[in-house]
Amino acid sequence: MTEPILRISGLRKHFSGVEVLKGIDLEVHVGETVAILGSSGSGKSTLLRCVNCLEVASGGSIWVGEELMGYRQESKGSVRRLTESQIAVQRRNVGMVFQNFNLFPHWSVLQNIADGPRSILKLSKADAIERSMTLLTRVGLADRANAYPRQLSGGQQQRVAIARALALEPALLLFDEPTSALDPENVSEVTDVMAALAASGATMLVVTHELGFARAAADRVVFMDGGVILEQGSPAEVFDHSQQPRTREFLRKTLV
Amino acid sequence: MANLPSNQTDIELPHPRHPVDAARALAPRRPATWVLSIVTVVVAAQIVNLLLTNPNFEWDVVGQYLNSETVLQGVVMTLFLTVTAMTIGLVLGGVLAVCKLSDSALLRALASSYIWFFRGTPQLVQLIFWFNIGLLVPVLSIGIPFGPTFASIESNTLVTPLLAAIVGLGLHDAAYQAEIYRAGLISVDEGQLEAAQALGMKPVRVFFRIQLPQAMRFIVPPTFNSIIALVKGTSLVSVIGGAELLFSVKEIYSQTYQTVPLLIVASIWYLFITTVLNGVQFFIERHYGRGSSRNGSSSIVARFFDRRAAERNLNRGMES
Repeated sequence: MTEPILRISGLRKHFSGVEVLKGIDLEVHVGETVAILGSSGSGKSTLLRCVNCLEVASGGSIWVGEELMGYRQESKGSVRRLTESQIAVQRRNVGMVFQNFNLFPHWSVLQNIADGPRSILKLSKADAIERSMTLLTRVGLADRANAYPRQLSGGQQQRVAIARALALEPALLLFDEPTSALDPENVSEVTDVMAALAASGATMLVVTHELGFARAAADRVVFMDGGVILEQGSPAEVFDHSQQPRTREFLRKTLV
Repeated sequence: MANLPSNQTDIELPHPRHPVDAARALAPRRPATWVLSIVTVVVAAQIVNLLLTNPNFEWDVVGQYLNSETVLQGVVMTLFLTVTAMTIGLVLGGVLAVCKLSDSALLRALASSYIWFFRGTPQLVQLIFWFNIGLLVPVLSIGIPFGPTFASIESNTLVTPLLAAIVGLGLHDAAYQAEIYRAGLISVDEGQLEAAQALGMKPVRVFFRIQLPQAMRFIVPPTFNSIIALVKGTSLVSVIGGAELLFSVKEIYSQTYQTVPLLIVASIWYLFITTVLNGVQFFIERHYGRGSSRNGSSSIVARFFDRRAAERNLNRGMES
């Protein structure tokens, strides 16, 4: 197997005394798609948000490639927290897609996608627009480049959000329940794009309630409960031959 | 079972005699609206009648002084005070708002204290205080704190009515403006900031490109409220002898005793300035309403400009 692009070890997180993550160890390899399942409150979204430092971890470490996320190792063996600007540079290698899309409403679809390549990767305007249009074509929305986000359906907005995350060509893509805010009829247009991405070799960590997507597109399924990883394995192992009663109960209730 | 009607056909169903079509519906009767409309028209007619027929308004005197040199000088001074104090308010208010939202407890405390003091004392008291600053600090000097001084000047020489007015109005306005900015900034959805951070934008860029433009929709209306209040607030400066609009007309009517027509002259100019500001507000609000379906304007003028803007947007879409 290839080297891991994401290495999480001993990750702990508590919010004002309440322990949400109780020591998480997880590796994601290049080209792998990992789906994280679990009931709400199991800590799966918090885990994802710790990866790109939207939440500050309370303990443990997260490596994305050669970068220790949120910290710098000093010569004496101590670690020092990075400033928000330094963290911003680290985040450029990690794309994120949110449950509520979070497109910038005052920018057109094209501006939403092209701003990153233009201002962060310092591409020329023509190159930024070309890259954005290529991505929009890939998510099937090239004709909506000049629309504003609120003129689009939820499914269309989420596809734009995926294109926006891809525009910086990150090594790792994080998806935080990308279909949970969608109307049922709009779910498949988003999962189809995600499945195509996974098939094309993107490295993805996906928190989802879409078991169908997890089974079809994920290389590995992780089941979280109460702030720990209870079980992980191939979709067939977890869905069909789960070793844990808690996992089987979750699957039974969710698949109804 | 016994209570059920034995014969189902006895039940009378509500059944319209004619087919109904909502397209031919009449407007609802609103008698109260009619009564209120008539009362309003009568009162308005009385006011117009009073304005036109009461000789004490002395409209000829109003016309005589409306663009007299003294009055125009007052208008220019009022505009100058408004613009300078507004600039201080907008800039210093922004700094205060950022301080109040910062992670530093010291900056938060400083900004809160400033706002507490300058919002909590009357503007008129502040103006008189700045004008009399010489009583508190007779000599102002530049130098190393607690060390040697390089230059010094007597406060009474430096602080003219004009400077006292600019400082007094500006510092007071900044306290209000800071809270207007803060309200706008915290109204922006947290998810917007997270999305910008996740894209790798640095904090300054997140602030100026994502947070502030979206906050502007909430900042602009109360800011114009405050600017219009400032235009009228400049009239307080007449108390410390600043030659603004109210001071100018007072100078005239203290000699001619034509108090009412000259106050009308001043009012007409204040109304003119605030009306122009209303127009400016309309265009700024429309600019920051991009991407929003609700811009609150549906007048004929607004719709005309909205159509023009939609045409421009077609071209602008390709810029980023």
